Amino acid sequence: MNKFEITVNNETHEVDASPDMPLLWVLRDKLKLTGSKYGCGIAQCGACTVHINGTPMRSCVLPISAVSGAVTTIEGLAEGGNLHPLQMAWIEHDVPQCGYCQSGQIMSAAALLANNSKPTDEDIDTALAGNYCRCGTYVRIREAVHTAALAYDAAKGGA
Amino acid sequence: MSISKMNRRTLLKASGLVSGGFMLQMTIPVHAEEQKGLVRSKELNVYVEISSDGQITIYSATPEMGQGIKTSLPMIIAEEMGARWEDVRVLDAPLDPKYGMQGAGGSTSIPRNFNEMRRMGASAREMLIGAAALLMEVEREDLQARDSQVIHSSGRRRSFGELASLAAEQPVPDPEFLSYKDPRAYTIIGTSVGGVDNLVIATGKSNFGIDVDIPGMKYATYTRCPRIGGVAKQFNEREIKQLPGITDAFILQPDERAGKAQMAFMDGLAVLHGGVAIIGNDTWSVFDAKNKLQVEWDESEASQDSWSDMVAQAKAAAAKGGATVRLENDVVGPALASPDNKSIESFYEFPYVAHICMEPMNCTADYRKGANGAPDTLEIWMGSQFPGQVKEIAANMLGLAPENVTVHPQRLGGGFGRRAIHDFAAEAMAISYRGGVPVKLTWTRTDDIHNDFFRVGGFENMKGAVSADGKLAAWDQHYIGYKYPDRFVIGSGLRGNEFSMVALENARVTQTMMDLKTACGAWRAPGSNTNAFVEQGFIHELAELAGRDHLEFLLELMGEPRWIKEGDVNALNTGRAIDVIKLAAEKAGWGRQMPPGKGLGLAFYFCHAAHIAEVAEVTVDESKNYSVDKVTVAIDVGPIINMSGAISQVQGSIVDGLSTMALQKITMEGGVIQQDNFHQYQIMRISATPEIDVHFIQSNNPSTGLGEPALPPLAPAVTNAIYAVNGDRIRTMPLTDAGYTLV
Repeated sequence: MNKFEITVNNETHEVDASPDMPLLWVLRDKLKLTGSKYGCGIAQCGACTVHINGTPMRSCVLPISAVSGAVTTIEGLAEGGNLHPLQMAWIEHDVPQCGYCQSGQIMSAAALLANNSKPTDEDIDTALAGNYCRCGTYVRIREAVHTAALAYDAAKGGA
Repeated sequence: MSISKMNRRTLLKASGLVSGGFMLQMTIPVHAEEQKGLVRSKELNVYVEISSDGQITIYSATPEMGQGIKTSLPMIIAEEMGARWEDVRVLDAPLDPKYGMQGAGGSTSIPRNFNEMRRMGASAREMLIGAAALLMEVEREDLQARDSQVIHSSGRRRSFGELASLAAEQPVPDPEFLSYKDPRAYTIIGTSVGGVDNLVIATGKSNFGIDVDIPGMKYATYTRCPRIGGVAKQFNEREIKQLPGITDAFILQPDERAGKAQMAFMDGLAVLHGGVAIIGNDTWSVFDAKNKLQVEWDESEASQDSWSDMVAQAKAAAAKGGATVRLENDVVGPALASPDNKSIESFYEFPYVAHICMEPMNCTADYRKGANGAPDTLEIWMGSQFPGQVKEIAANMLGLAPENVTVHPQRLGGGFGRRAIHDFAAEAMAISYRGGVPVKLTWTRTDDIHNDFFRVGGFENMKGAVSADGKLAAWDQHYIGYKYPDRFVIGSGLRGNEFSMVALENARVTQTMMDLKTACGAWRAPGSNTNAFVEQGFIHELAELAGRDHLEFLLELMGEPRWIKEGDVNALNTGRAIDVIKLAAEKAGWGRQMPPGKGLGLAFYFCHAAHIAEVAEVTVDESKNYSVDKVTVAIDVGPIINMSGAISQVQGSIVDGLSTMALQKITMEGGVIQQDNFHQYQIMRISATPEIDVHFIQSNNPSTGLGEPALPPLAPAVTNAIYAVNGDRIRTMPLTDAGYTLV
């Protein structure tokens, strides 16, 4: 067991964990942030996607000892009480079915929009290529990302 | 945490941002405690409460696994009681006999509950009207409920909130004398309503079983023999127990009693398999220890099933002919042999596939020994399609009376039939019982695949003949599937209500069922999801043999419009079939000249009381790369409850069907499942998603379910379309086995 200090959603935590414990389990079992999901443990399904300094990462294969940067999870995506445009678009388009993969989908999409506020279908396909959805909500995910991009772009333009 | 509350205005504003056409409403989750003291809630019946401030609470008693039932059933209640949907919040009902059978499977939740939901809504409405008549001193006949108000013909009105207390004291109306709204006056049913949990899902706060956390809880894994039926003899116990974060480890012996169930389709399945439990302080520690586990197994009774053997045996059975006759027809033999007819023989193959719910199986169990002579108790938290069945397991395996078992149903991260069988709950409760601690058992993805109740694989050998004038002369269908020594295998063999068995002239149907040990269960549209591929592919083969247009040939086979069994929604109605086939063809532009490399394929299937036709438009290149560009769907499931939810189910079924037919196959060799995780068993990714165009015929029939029936026709529509492009007839799934790559 080692002590690690990590910043998650702008809060700093000290956790006891073995150095090889993936970030996912630190988040879920130690910090009780269960929005990031376990799906495969081998970075194939994307359900565990979080941001580290804004970059989407598969937290299920990222050892806590290798985390160097601020972590943002789905719970921290809404800033100052305002939902992220993607979260609003997900509701607008009634995207979720079972909902289990959607945290990861939204986190991957959020990293895309941060760098590209006018994504094409191909951009979305590339950014979300690592996120499985067995319910098959892909049609609405695409629509929702486009909708969110409009709002995101407008908000950035107004800022 | 009040993010959700703070954002209600923002959210509603956002919903007007884009003219997507969805009427959007969401229920903002408010903690019950926040309500206490401020307002009083009154119960009108077990599904409906109204508080004095006008908030209407509707309870959802049916498990939600993504099929949208938590939104659609409350919509029916709200409609009938005259509520405004904006005033409604939906809460999960506990597991309680007062709700009757709480379960979800077989696309039956809508047809099974529709009338009951209407009754509950109408009953609440009449109690509100009764209260208003007393308060306003007017005749009931002059009152109507609308927009969460009871309104008098004079225009005077009282809100539901004002009426709640008095309404709760009104006599409960006799259901026989309840009247129901004219469907033409519906304002909620038939509209597009967003899922009531969308906000909690989009903010990562939803309550899946895997997210459960209870005081003192430990984390557990369970490791079964790689060959089903094997029993653990010993393991490296000392080493495992010394690993960091591990608190206990032990062997569990198999227990058949766990599998007993009153519902026939699950009886005998959820037995406790022998294996090794590891308990520790966090999920990672027990997963890591599981990797270091070395077990000596007794495999004398274990499965030796091999896919390669199954294929060889099926081919031998096909050559030999059907063992059991399901449907005899004397004209078939002579017609196949007649030199005047053209005949073909085709061998179809479909694989075992896994459920791969995105949320791996898990269950939290807290077994407590009763102190001072009090009975032992068990609490369970899990996502389940039939949560009440978990009590049967506890009773049969641990001897607990139902009143001493509490089940807390959680949202399901996918079901698809997998969460109808609760073997993982048997494991969790046995581990908590033996370990003496509350545990959350989480399966690794590998456990989830290896321990699945697979969609059963199988084969059909088809013979058919067409006459010189292009008519069907003979249909000889030989199903080659599986049975257990003492019970049927769900989804293997024909049910008896298939098109070929009830409506096709000149048809003969036989079957050969072989013994199986591999665990199989219900997988989204059991039986139909494989038979559709064969039936609808072979009809296209016969149309081609006859030199006929596929659409014209298929409509001819449907014959005169008729209901095979009048009044039975589970019986094919060829009139409804013809209507959806024609509509799908028309909307897809059937018959138009396609550019090189592109083609259209048609398929129809009837199952789960749904008549559905689909046309796939594909692009195929010379290297057998293919894309499904568009799927046009025409559906008759009667009136739609939630338009957004219904379209969502169809879109999902198309994607799921494509994903499965294109990529997925479970194989076993010497009893060992060969696929361990998603690197060997893939789900289709977003880039392959087709455009999906959905059309409903809202016929005047009872509303029926949509969780399953749009999936089966997809595979034959796609393979028929590929044939239209390049003349290659695909008779095996997944298409990777035929050399085709989905792009």
